[in-house]
Amino acid sequence: MTGTATSSPERVPLVDYLVLDDGPPHLIAHECTSCGARYFDRRNACASCFGTDFTTVEIATEGTLRTFTIVAFAAPGVEVPFVSGVIDCDGTSVRGNLTNVEPDSDHVQTGMKVRLTTYSLGTDDQGTEAISFAFEPAP
Amino acid sequence: MSDEIWILGINMTKFGKHFDRDVIDLASEAVMAALADGGVTMADMDVLAAGNLMGSGGIGQQVQKQVGQTGIPVYNVSNACATGATALRTAIMSIKAGESEMGLAVGVEKLAGVGLLGGGGSAKKDGQEWEPHGRYGAVGPTDGRIGTDTMPGVFAQVGMEYGHKYGGADFELFAKISEKNHAHSTLNPLAAYSKRFTLDEIMNDMMIAYPNTRPMCSANCDGAAAAVVVSGEKLKSLSLEQQRRAVKVSASVLTSDPWQEACQVLPDVNTLTRNAAQTAYEQAGVGPDELDLVELHDCFATAELVHYDNLGLCEKGGAVDFFNSGAPWRDGSKPVNVSGGLQSKGHPISATGIANIWEVCHHLRGEAGDRQIEGAKVGLAHVIGLGSACGIHILEKSAA
Ligand SMILES: [Zn+2]
Repeated sequence: MTGTATSSPERVPLVDYLVLDDGPPHLIAHECTSCGARYFDRRNACASCFGTDFTTVEIATEGTLRTFTIVAFAAPGVEVPFVSGVIDCDGTSVRGNLTNVEPDSDHVQTGMKVRLTTYSLGTDDQGTEAISFAFEPAP
Repeated sequence: MSDEIWILGINMTKFGKHFDRDVIDLASEAVMAALADGGVTMADMDVLAAGNLMGSGGIGQQVQKQVGQTGIPVYNVSNACATGATALRTAIMSIKAGESEMGLAVGVEKLAGVGLLGGGGSAKKDGQEWEPHGRYGAVGPTDGRIGTDTMPGVFAQVGMEYGHKYGGADFELFAKISEKNHAHSTLNPLAAYSKRFTLDEIMNDMMIAYPNTRPMCSANCDGAAAAVVVSGEKLKSLSLEQQRRAVKVSASVLTSDPWQEACQVLPDVNTLTRNAAQTAYEQAGVGPDELDLVELHDCFATAELVHYDNLGLCEKGGAVDFFNSGAPWRDGSKPVNVSGGLQSKGHPISATGIANIWEVCHHLRGEAGDRQIEGAKVGLAHVIGLGSACGIHILEKSAA
């Protein structure tokens, strides 16, 4: 993702667990320091052990597709078809879309290796570009 | 003192499109019919629990104004697709607590024409800046960008995950599960849809979320169901005919999902169902082998498969073989969803958790007509609401 527009100095991630400004794009999670449970969203306490101390961990950018669906019918404004899946990233389950693959069951199969990638969602009036993530087949 | 709980009267309305009637009409019809079925009136009720998700709230009191305001406590409950089961269990708990001898539970929904449930979010409008919102700090909608929030998509992934783990679950297998339920519905006059589909028709229908095509998704429709429950002690004071038709609630269980590694990204509908089933079998003192019929929460064809396993109807990992053996067909060894299930009977959300109990009671009483499972003595009804909540009731025919 290279911002070519001269008035586009800033990029923001679609969600705050996508990190764009610290090396290659990657996901992070809040990890409970007492039991190791990981959360992408802000938590008041750990749902597994009730602990309240969290640390930030990086999530592996490659993983295995554990399940998927090909959504053909979605809410207004959502482009279809798209592949939604759960990716096992070295023991942490991540939810995301698949990209750079034909959205059909000949090309998408559970067990396939995938890796993290990013794409632009567009630019707002202030020239800020929003970036989302997806997974693509890994060689 | 006996701590037994019995269903004294129960009713479900016709499921389908009720354009001329509102939720209060439908709930009142089910309530009055359930009272009449039990041979009692509102004057006998000590508690009312009511559920309705899509309405304006306070359904219990609204229904009282149509069927009888007696001043009894009303509990309005909300627990996603397990709302009806939660209402029933609330009335049961009141009896178990010794506060009531008889209680009433009702669930009602108007969903005809509602379309896709789940998903959406408002897109960025022109001139609007990317601003973070919520617990993910999202600057825009995530549905469709970071996976799917739609129910057909979520449950498709639930079924595909089972297939990934154990093998053998492909598009055709899921479609065959739907073929069974639509075939069963042809014998159910109260089903929203009672048309038989061929496997080809199901597989070639409109794809909603692979592998779920339209007939493989639960049918949004209108409907209500209500039940009167009574303590074992009180039942003894009623007529022999009432005792003969009463159905014993051998187990009444509600669970939520314990934390699992992946439950933050894909709802785990398995663990809480397994936990509820285990507790229910222990409470009832019966095993899955002893069930004569099962009504389980087939909100999508992909969901039915995993619940064969979760409810212990087969060995762990054996759901595909279980289905392929023909067991869950109505003439098989373990009939599942002989009502037509949510895919064909329909799924008016809050009514579902009582309607499935009505179906089981109907068979245990020997009153199910053309679709009667002969000699049925024990049945199980299961619902799950995402979030999640799972309700399981095990029901037994009266020995009287
Ligand atoms: Zn913890």
